[in-house]
Amino acid sequence: MEWINQNLPYLMAGISVGGQYALIAIGYTMVYGILRLINFAHGDIFMVAGLIMVYAMTVMPIYVAIPLMIILTVLLGFLVERVAYKPLRSAPRMSIMISAIGVSYLLQNLALYVTGGLSQQYPPIPWLSDTITVFGATTKRVTVITPVLTIILVLALVALIKYTKIGMAMRAASRDFETSQLMGIKINSVISMTFIIGSFLAAIGSMLFFTNYTGVTPTAGAMPGLKAFVAAVFGGIGSIPGAVIGAFIIGICENIIKGLGWTTFSDAFTFALLIVVLIAKPTGLFGEKVIDKV
Amino acid sequence: MKKRALSVLLAAAMVSTMLTGCSGGSSDSSSASTDASATDGNVVKIGVYEPASGDNGAGGKQETLGIQYANHVTPTVEIGGTEYTVQLDIVDNESSNDKGPSAAATLVSDKVSVVLGSYGSGVSIAASDVFKEAGIPAIGVTCTNPQVTEGNTHYFRICFLDPFQGTVHANFASEKFGAKKAYVLTKLGDDYSTGLGYYFTQAFEALGGEVVAETFQEGNSDFTSYITTAKKSGAEVVFAPSSTEAAALIIEQAAAQGLEVPILSTDTWDSNVILNAAKGKNLDIYVTTFYQEGANPEFDAGIKDWINSDSTAKANNGGDDTVSGLTVMGYDAYYTALEALKAAGSTDPAAVNEALWNVDYTGVTGHITFNETGDANRDTAYIKQANTETGAWEFVAEQSVSK
Amino acid sequence: MKKQTKIIWNVGLILGLLLVLFILEQVFPSGSMLFTVLKKGAIYALVAVSMNLLNGFTGLFSLGQAGFMLLGAYTYGILTIPVESRASVYQYFDGGIVQFAIPVPLALIAGGIVAAIFAYLIGLPVLRLKSDYLAIATLGFAEIIRAVFQWDKLGPLTNGSNLLRNFPAFKSVLYPFIVAGICIAIIVMLINSTYGRAFKAIRDDEIAAEAMGINLAHHKRLAFVISSFFAGISGGLLAMYQTTIQASMFKSAMTYEILLIVVIGGIGSVTGSCISSFLFIACSEWWLRFLDNDNLYIGSFHVPLLRAGFRKVVFAVIIMCVVLFYRKGIMGEKEFSIEGIANFFRRKFKKEKVTEGGASK
Repeated sequence: MEWINQNLPYLMAGISVGGQYALIAIGYTMVYGILRLINFAHGDIFMVAGLIMVYAMTVMPIYVAIPLMIILTVLLGFLVERVAYKPLRSAPRMSIMISAIGVSYLLQNLALYVTGGLSQQYPPIPWLSDTITVFGATTKRVTVITPVLTIILVLALVALIKYTKIGMAMRAASRDFETSQLMGIKINSVISMTFIIGSFLAAIGSMLFFTNYTGVTPTAGAMPGLKAFVAAVFGGIGSIPGAVIGAFIIGICENIIKGLGWTTFSDAFTFALLIVVLIAKPTGLFGEKVIDKV
Repeated sequence: MKKRALSVLLAAAMVSTMLTGCSGGSSDSSSASTDASATDGNVVKIGVYEPASGDNGAGGKQETLGIQYANHVTPTVEIGGTEYTVQLDIVDNESSNDKGPSAAATLVSDKVSVVLGSYGSGVSIAASDVFKEAGIPAIGVTCTNPQVTEGNTHYFRICFLDPFQGTVHANFASEKFGAKKAYVLTKLGDDYSTGLGYYFTQAFEALGGEVVAETFQEGNSDFTSYITTAKKSGAEVVFAPSSTEAAALIIEQAAAQGLEVPILSTDTWDSNVILNAAKGKNLDIYVTTFYQEGANPEFDAGIKDWINSDSTAKANNGGDDTVSGLTVMGYDAYYTALEALKAAGSTDPAAVNEALWNVDYTGVTGHITFNETGDANRDTAYIKQANTETGAWEFVAEQSVSK
Repeated sequence: MKKQTKIIWNVGLILGLLLVLFILEQVFPSGSMLFTVLKKGAIYALVAVSMNLLNGFTGLFSLGQAGFMLLGAYTYGILTIPVESRASVYQYFDGGIVQFAIPVPLALIAGGIVAAIFAYLIGLPVLRLKSDYLAIATLGFAEIIRAVFQWDKLGPLTNGSNLLRNFPAFKSVLYPFIVAGICIAIIVMLINSTYGRAFKAIRDDEIAAEAMGINLAHHKRLAFVISSFFAGISGGLLAMYQTTIQASMFKSAMTYEILLIVVIGGIGSVTGSCISSFLFIACSEWWLRFLDNDNLYIGSFHVPLLRAGFRKVVFAVIIMCVVLFYRKGIMGEKEFSIEGIANFFRRKFKKEKVTEGGASK
């Protein structure tokens, strides 16, 4: 029991961080599924969501601030796609990716300019930020809520993709971009929808993440973003369940590594795991096998 | 085939000639601080090499604030019988060892007479060679790592050193709390943090204690596991020298997990970022620093007035008028530089460098003279505790170490 | 132009460049930002060209450049710190285990070789992956290398996560130009050899290239190792430029910067990479700095919005504009040459005579 009490926090932190990665990873994996684009700016959208919340909470009550934060984040994701990716749809893939890096650079620098380079303290959110005790381990309530909320959201998303018309269009577009256009799918609205869903989940993820780890800096999105992306690749990019499972595995492994005292390697381990999986199964755990047409 | 190779080099040639073409016009535009008030021709430039963004941005801004306040109080200096207007040339080294040198190069090309800074030892070491090559002396304000001044003649500092600070903490931990086991958390790639961790460990082990040491990566925001390990290890104190940015996260996690042992930290934590983060939380936080508010009421009142009258200054100070030890050190550093300029009787960096060795100045934080390595002869540190109810620092002890 | 005249022209221009640099050094004070930009620009030009060899000419999308630069920089630093300063540099590790120093050029080459050896080992498993998977795997390796170099158990060799310093640095701006120039020349010769043609064939169509009898695995590995070798050398040069190095400098952001330089210059254009690296460095370090200053006056007009950090916002916006509106970069796939310039003017001249309109290609 003593052992469990001492080591439970690692596992809880792992599951919670895994859930937060999962919410970001879905954004990566859906965009990649349709556009074959590594959206490097996604992690920064996550960071901007955090900043919006910080500033919103200083002027308005929380029940206005949260919806506003979500709406603005979704709008940002939508705009980024329209301004930076849509004009490049016929350009080589490398160009879009560079555009994504450019957007990420721009968002980080804008955040640097607005915040003056200082870490912003994320406002405590009532109920979520409260301290609770689980099996003798003290933690914030958000740690426990995150995995539950993540799973609910993922189930809703899977249902959306499976049973609605737009979901069907998304599946068609990710299977074959050009044919789906020929079949009368409005590809631009499908892509916008993908970015909207991705940004929405990133906004929720950011709320959970920053409630737990309360400093918002211009580069706060970079590492979680990269890890979430790794999770998406790990689970098989393009697959939503894959991304979620990958994110949980990475979150838990990372914290176990830290718990074992190998803190220097906690990030490196994530990448090592990824490389091993890629070599053994080049399309990730749940990825579909891609057949190259000659 | 060769022609291609050649044409490549040729391209480089064209580009560089392009650059040369531009250099005539734009070399002046980089000397950005065009002070509108400097009407008479006699201007002496003091470079301020401090972080305004990145990990150490908050601390750097507070230190710069002290320098600006001092400049506000004493905007002119008499050098060799002529009145000079002091112009501050402030650059942001972004708390980053690879961006720092080019920020330093900007100062060099602006022809400053002396440089103040930086907060953070790593950036100071990184820029040291740039100043050395240009023959410009630098006065470190709160860079406490021994390597900053070691082995060179152009870098000075007015603060105490890490071996001293680490020892103070080790003594404090074992005397005040009777601690036998300490958990030390440092940041990878931060010379300040790793250095202090090392000296603390040395001193603490010499006192018969045991140390559990862990490190965190840059950009890490998840301190859950670290606090869990600290609790699990049974350590009686936590020693966490780190930047304020990480500090806020550490405090948040420590409170969330109900860490019961005291947290000790160093001069970087003497900031209202820490006070704000710790407010309303059940934590014991002790820091070592250079100055305790209230020691010089006249000075306190003056600077508070100034901070409150200037909204930018207030924002840079973290939104209130708590006087950080860093700000006071910045203030003293400015006057130290003025003393050196006066003694040198010239704005020539080499002369200022010579004059610095003999500077003898009594500032707000104490008496400042330099020893043969260019370090200040300082042997006392103030220890203060964060009052988590009122959000203010409380004086605990004045500690010195006999060597 | 005849081949010989061209060679004479080019040799003359290179000598001219070196002379100009030499004169500049005499005329301008050594602290001028011009030299900072020129030095760093030359180093980035080399690493950008080495990345271009991989991404632009071989079609291997690798994001490991920062990791190989780290290897080069550390090898250089570890091998050249004078023995007498080792005790102070490796202060926490009793002076470290390496107790000798070798001459600078040898250390630079050693840096390249170490990077190449690691590239070979990493390439064995990783080069089987395709496109984005390769990118993320190489990025991952760069991060792993960075973590390993920060490990305090390796401290006696790498000084843990602390700064390495006191190694020899270059005084003259000519040094990085000559080293980078030689390296880039070698890369250009390679690109124009049979190997270079094989690389391009692989880029354009792997399957067709294989059918033509090109050994895919061998050529990919070769390109990867060579690119890493030069990235290693540029890492060594970067160490000389910065005078201190630390593993935490070589973040993935650095790779992204280099990738931006390559793309802005034009994927598949060596001269484009060179030009854009100078422009990139000059913009980010020098020309835009005045934007960071909050009391800038034009006449008596106080320019609004300016304060610390604004420079970077403007810079990012410029980059976005270049990416969106000049998709092929400055040079596209073309190269810069005297002949090209001459042709350009000749054609322009003719065209103006004959007819207006129609962009010259």
